[in-house]
Amino acid sequence: MTGPPVDPGSDWHRLHPLSPLIRAGRGAVGLLVVFVVSFSGTSSDPWNAVGHLAALVVVGGLGFVSWLVTRWRIEGGALRIETGLIRRSSLRYPLAQIQAVDTVRPGLARLFGLSELRLRMGGSTAGSARLAYLTGMHAERLRDELLALASAAPAQESPAGATVPEPAWVHTRTLVSVPTPQLVASIALSGIGAIAIGLLVALGTTAAVAPHAARGVLSGGVVPLLGLVTGIWRRFNGDYGLSVAEAPDGLRLQSGLVETSAEVIPRGRVQAVRMVEPLLWRPLGWARLELDVAGHQQRKRENRSEGRQLRAVLPVGSRDQALALLDRIVPGAPLPGAPPPRRARLKSPLRFRHLAFARTDDCVVGCGGRLARITSWVPLAKVQSLRWSQGPLQRRLRLGDVFVDTAGRSVGAAVRDRDEVESRFELERLTELARAARRR
Amino acid sequence: MSSLDWDRPSPRLRELRRLEVAAVTVAVAVAAGLVLALAVAWWVGVAAAAAAFVGGAVADILVGRRIAAWSYAEREDDLLVQRGLLVRRLSVVPYGRMQFVDVVAGPLERWFGLATVRLHTAAAATDARIPGLPAEEAARLRDQLASLGEARAAGL
Repeated sequence: MTGPPVDPGSDWHRLHPLSPLIRAGRGAVGLLVVFVVSFSGTSSDPWNAVGHLAALVVVGGLGFVSWLVTRWRIEGGALRIETGLIRRSSLRYPLAQIQAVDTVRPGLARLFGLSELRLRMGGSTAGSARLAYLTGMHAERLRDELLALASAAPAQESPAGATVPEPAWVHTRTLVSVPTPQLVASIALSGIGAIAIGLLVALGTTAAVAPHAARGVLSGGVVPLLGLVTGIWRRFNGDYGLSVAEAPDGLRLQSGLVETSAEVIPRGRVQAVRMVEPLLWRPLGWARLELDVAGHQQRKRENRSEGRQLRAVLPVGSRDQALALLDRIVPGAPLPGAPPPRRARLKSPLRFRHLAFARTDDCVVGCGGRLARITSWVPLAKVQSLRWSQGPLQRRLRLGDVFVDTAGRSVGAAVRDRDEVESRFELERLTELARAARRR
Repeated sequence: MSSLDWDRPSPRLRELRRLEVAAVTVAVAVAAGLVLALAVAWWVGVAAAAAAFVGGAVADILVGRRIAAWSYAEREDDLLVQRGLLVRRLSVVPYGRMQFVDVVAGPLERWFGLATVRLHTAAAATDARIPGLPAEEAARLRDQLASLGEARAAGL
């Protein structure tokens, strides 16, 4: 079942027997509580007991069957997962299209020493492969092996009896780790944190001055408050104890307080890098660095915030730290330099002080943002398409925008409000450089 | 870029759009005219219908100019699509980055013998599309782009 080292092209493997229980997660715990309460609170009627026992057996049986029919193995350069009893589904995930591999350990799984392996796929395979749950050691070994196979022989049949590559974790080099007090302060100073603090202060003063009104507000505003608290918790949990290490197979990120997750981003899968310097962080000189990786993201039960947030590879750090980390991820990335012409201030008054742009043969960087300063780097080899646009006001002012699109979830680099002629020239130049970078 | 051979959608697209604008104008004029004539006074209804027709004429002119502003060019390594009247846009899509090419034709388009070609890359923001191409031209463009895309495909 589980345990022995994984051989490529070998027999089918099963997940850990406790997987259905843990997949049910909080639902299982809730059901158990209901069950115990109903069982203990009834008369000593034997049929009642039999009924409860039957229900337990049925639920347990369903879980057992679900575990029994799910199996997986590595064959022919792809991971194959088969599941389902009545309607069998066989899913195939080509290893060459792996964008990132995560190991996620929700609280319940950690109790039993299990973890879930998630492969984020890109290219024509949408979605992600999930192996929930395997024992911790097994999951890590499988992850290393999948990554090694993905980078080594993308489209070949794995020869039977191939030696398992040496575990990559011995060669890691830690780049970054975030101290917790800094993380807490950064969240407090961020948008959501400021709102939460403001609300708390308002509630506090209302409670002091008019307790009845405060109670009314509290009872009415419980749901948004809960949403706010959940958002803050998710962000804190997702970034707690984050450590970034550089390994031969890519960038390794580990974080999490209750639900831990370890992610490996293979080399060459980074589509864009973004540095965000929010308004409230500027006096402290802090910045956040985010990575954009292609591939569909499952939103359910992830310890990262909802929406379009990218993977924060440095949730908070000094600007120098961020730039040093950037240099490891995208070597030779330029810093934005040339500001736009003065007349751009008429069109984008708030953005104007942040707008800047630079490019080398390998990378283009665009800087902008209204309140926060947002700098986006796009390696030219990753450019998907380019767009030029000019609104009516820009036409009067002879300005133009150039947008560089990537396969990641964010838009990419935006070079806004340059002189019209310059922007068209840049469009051409970037197209040529992207073509050359693709060929290299 | 000015030395390129820019191709345009078929002139029948203009007729198609004119038909669409006319249909909407008539519907709005009749509905507004009737409702207002019955509710307020008959001359209000007539005035509303007249206003609808004027609006339709203006829309027709704008739509015509918008179509005239749509053009595309096949270069050696990429496809350019230019469009837009108020906000002018130009998309550059390298052949090697094309994931797939859609040819879509609604019932009205089919009646006029036209189709819309839409390009997709791995980026969600790619928005290159060419409406109102004659059906054979659309098919030729699709096949050409597909084969060029395959020949030059680069990995993600």
